[in-house]
Amino acid sequence: MKRHVELRNHPVELHKFRFRLAVSACFVLVLFLILYVRFYYLQVSQQEHYHTLAEANRISISPLVPNRGLIYDRNGRALAQNYSAYTLEVIPSKIQNLESTLDELATIIEITATDRQRFKKLLKESKRFNSLPIRSRLTDVEIATFAANRYRFPGIEIKARVLRQYPEKEVVSHIIGYISRINDQDLEQLERNEELNNYRGSQHIGKIGIEQSYEKQLHGVTGFEEVETDAAGRSIRVLSRTPSIPGNNLILSIDLGLQEAAEKAFGDRRGALVALDPNNGEVLAFVSKPGYDNNLFIGGIDQENWNLLNNSIDRPLNNRALRGVYPPGSTFKPFMALAALELGKRTPEYSMSDPGYFSLPGVERRYRDWKPGGHGRVDLHKSLVVSCDTYYYSLANDLGIDNIHSFIGQFGLGKKTGIDVEGEVSGLLPSSAWKMSQYKQKWYAGDTISVAIGQGYNLATPLQLAFATMVIANNGKAYLPRLVKQIQNSDTGDVEDIPEKLLYSLNLKPRNLEIVKNALVDVTRPGGTAAKAAINASYTFAGKTGTSQVIGIKQGERYNEKSINERHRDHAMFIAYAPADNPKIALAVLVENTGTGGSTAAPIARQVFDYYLLGKSPEATVAKLNEPAEEPVHDHL
Amino acid sequence: MIEIRKIWHYLTRYMDSFLLIGILTLMAVGLIVLYSATGANMSRVNNQIINMLVALVIMWLVANIPLQQIMRLALPMYILGIVLLIGVALFGEINNGARRWLNIGVTRIQPSELMKIAIPLMMAWYFDKHEITLRLKDYLGATVLLMLPVLLILRQPDLGTALLIAASGFYVLFLAGLSWRIIAGLAITVAASLPVFWSIMHDYQRRRIMTLLDPSQDPLGAGYHTIQSSIAIGSGGVIGKGWQNGTQAQLDFLPEQSTDFIFAVFSEEFGLIGNTILLFLYLVVIARCMVITANASTQFTRLIAGSITLTFFTYIFVNMGMVSGILPIVGVPLPLISYGGTSMVTMLLGFGILMSIQTHPKLVKT
Repeated sequence: MKRHVELRNHPVELHKFRFRLAVSACFVLVLFLILYVRFYYLQVSQQEHYHTLAEANRISISPLVPNRGLIYDRNGRALAQNYSAYTLEVIPSKIQNLESTLDELATIIEITATDRQRFKKLLKESKRFNSLPIRSRLTDVEIATFAANRYRFPGIEIKARVLRQYPEKEVVSHIIGYISRINDQDLEQLERNEELNNYRGSQHIGKIGIEQSYEKQLHGVTGFEEVETDAAGRSIRVLSRTPSIPGNNLILSIDLGLQEAAEKAFGDRRGALVALDPNNGEVLAFVSKPGYDNNLFIGGIDQENWNLLNNSIDRPLNNRALRGVYPPGSTFKPFMALAALELGKRTPEYSMSDPGYFSLPGVERRYRDWKPGGHGRVDLHKSLVVSCDTYYYSLANDLGIDNIHSFIGQFGLGKKTGIDVEGEVSGLLPSSAWKMSQYKQKWYAGDTISVAIGQGYNLATPLQLAFATMVIANNGKAYLPRLVKQIQNSDTGDVEDIPEKLLYSLNLKPRNLEIVKNALVDVTRPGGTAAKAAINASYTFAGKTGTSQVIGIKQGERYNEKSINERHRDHAMFIAYAPADNPKIALAVLVENTGTGGSTAAPIARQVFDYYLLGKSPEATVAKLNEPAEEPVHDHL
Repeated sequence: MIEIRKIWHYLTRYMDSFLLIGILTLMAVGLIVLYSATGANMSRVNNQIINMLVALVIMWLVANIPLQQIMRLALPMYILGIVLLIGVALFGEINNGARRWLNIGVTRIQPSELMKIAIPLMMAWYFDKHEITLRLKDYLGATVLLMLPVLLILRQPDLGTALLIAASGFYVLFLAGLSWRIIAGLAITVAASLPVFWSIMHDYQRRRIMTLLDPSQDPLGAGYHTIQSSIAIGSGGVIGKGWQNGTQAQLDFLPEQSTDFIFAVFSEEFGLIGNTILLFLYLVVIARCMVITANASTQFTRLIAGSITLTFFTYIFVNMGMVSGILPIVGVPLPLISYGGTSMVTMLLGFGILMSIQTHPKLVKT
């Protein structure tokens, strides 16, 4: 093994080499020392700082969104409910080419054109880092398909969500309203009210109707979870948890059966109906026709459906019962009659001769009665039963506008009723002061004449008319109209009644009330304008028909229903309560563009009463709707 | 009994037990950290054990070869390496924007890895040949030998490997007695040419350096690695968070935590105390290597041993430096601890050479 190799080591060289090696060793030590100093700096001097950063890295606070409270009718039928579903959600900011990604996504999961449109609209309205649903109610197969292809779609995730559903759709859409995605305005509003924290993680908020006005009750309290997360943001485990408190359930005073009956009675006509319990102000039915499918709004409505609803000539999004203002027409007369008696301008016995028109002293213009030639001798009772205009023309002239304004104002016309949904409008009960401030014009005696029969400047919502009817029905008690009857704690099930609220009580002479109420009963009896609607009723009811004018008819011309564009025809009105001696329900009906109150509006009221008092469904009486008008066509000014 | 003793003798004849124990200890530490860094993934650990066994066998084989034989391999290895590097430049596969791999039919190889051993061998051989007449031109020749592969690797581009290979070559030059004046001149030249380097650097390389100066500039991009590993080390504190309890590591905030950034996992879980022990272990191994170097009998063995030792140290320093945020991020594994077969084999090949130097009969001084 031993081999002789030429020896080339010189001690000097070796010494030199070892010196170099020693220098290297020093180099190693110095650099190790530098490393060590760095470790000391990180792990001792800055330990606390980095510890904080590490904790911030791993712990994230995630909100626990409370389940929204449910909404029921007075009999416990669901009007708004929740269901769990899987949705496919997209975070636009995480996706480079959204269009092509969605195209690709559509190859594995069905995405309809409507889904796509809806998503596009949502995209425009949302921030790019929000998670936006493109599909909801994924089937198990779809979930599995997506899960297998998930790696291809970063930024798209399946989420388990609790979604809202409105099973009754159109029937109660104007009561319930809807929730929809929280937008910038909502956020600002929440910030102003210092509620933003409670909406961390919430995606929806009530936008209109009960969903809006009872948002605080329905939303609940958001809980929080401290979650350990990994670098990809996935939750690993829960460190601490403050559970959310679900929103309260609402039990409405609405009787869904009654609501459906009213809907059915309307058929496909447009209009509104508000029925109140005169004993406490509970809203029993609240119809605005047509309604709309409020489910469409929850996830964000697509452009096509939105256009369909928003541009429809029928204006389904317009809440006619709450926000539609109409001249009350002859339904104004009972209040005029009460004013006459209470203010001593007429006695029940006073009668006048009706030539078929009225003229102010010294003025040539004639204010015509709806009945050419007039009604003959007319007293207060007859003036209501046959709806004589001339009687009220002369009465109005004697009362004067400001007496009318202040007396009838007590029945809630011209101001908001204060019902528990937002957006109510106040209508208009004119006065001389109002005209001065609005038009800088003095009030003319002629203005009063048309106000007398509910036309002219006079405007009221169906809700206001129902409210006023309630006040007459219960002899002067004004209850706050309420849609929500009870609030239920969804955890404990405890139900809290919302007490009725008597706003005020009018001090009306019982005798005067009786005279007017008797006349209103006779309106529904043979000879009255709503007699036909009351045929064979097993209870008595009281009411007043009315016709609300849409366009003005020139002096000397007559209104001819057939020759007028359907949309310009008069609206039919009817206010009523039943049973007449002990009212359980008071209502106002408006049917748009169908002529007179007796022919179309009163039969609807009859069906609603039949259902409410007798439990009878509308089918039984529906045939009568198409019969000819009872009250003659109204003459226009 | 005698048979076993014979076999044992045969197996350990050319082993340096001191060095071997140091290596095995570091490997054991590596496996413990790896288990934690992979989230208790036994199959990764098993893979690494196989890597280690293969590397140990290679070390044993190399240790059994006398240095004279190895010396003969220097030139052919170097030429082969250069040919392969040119091959990479011409036909290499592009991966992540860099051309580092060469497909030779049966498998893909990374010729720059071969160069890590070939360069010190070649340069040590070169200086051994010119031992008696060492003049400036010899150093220049050696520099050319070094710069050829370094430039080829640099243009792949693979800055980290190029710098490490340049370092290993420079160590040979230094230990061979390159004059201090030239070293100083070189240092000045390098400093002066930094702007030139900057201008020819790739964007990602520049970004790494910028990031080192201020990682917070790009916390989710290039700065992410440095920030997260600094957080891991710093939050470990003095005693560490405990094995498998490092939140940065276990929750995947650390990048490449079983390979280049495994030190951050170790440091987070074992703290400053762990770091002290680990540095000490490395220091012990380096010290033993230096003793072997100092005792080497020929110019060739001295230079090769010294270069291997200092390169081993350089790996440690660069890796720990980048993980703790004082050096830019270059892809350098932590020797004997990072997951991966190639670097393990390269490292143990080097230790095999050191053991061979130490255990084969030395030439006797006259």
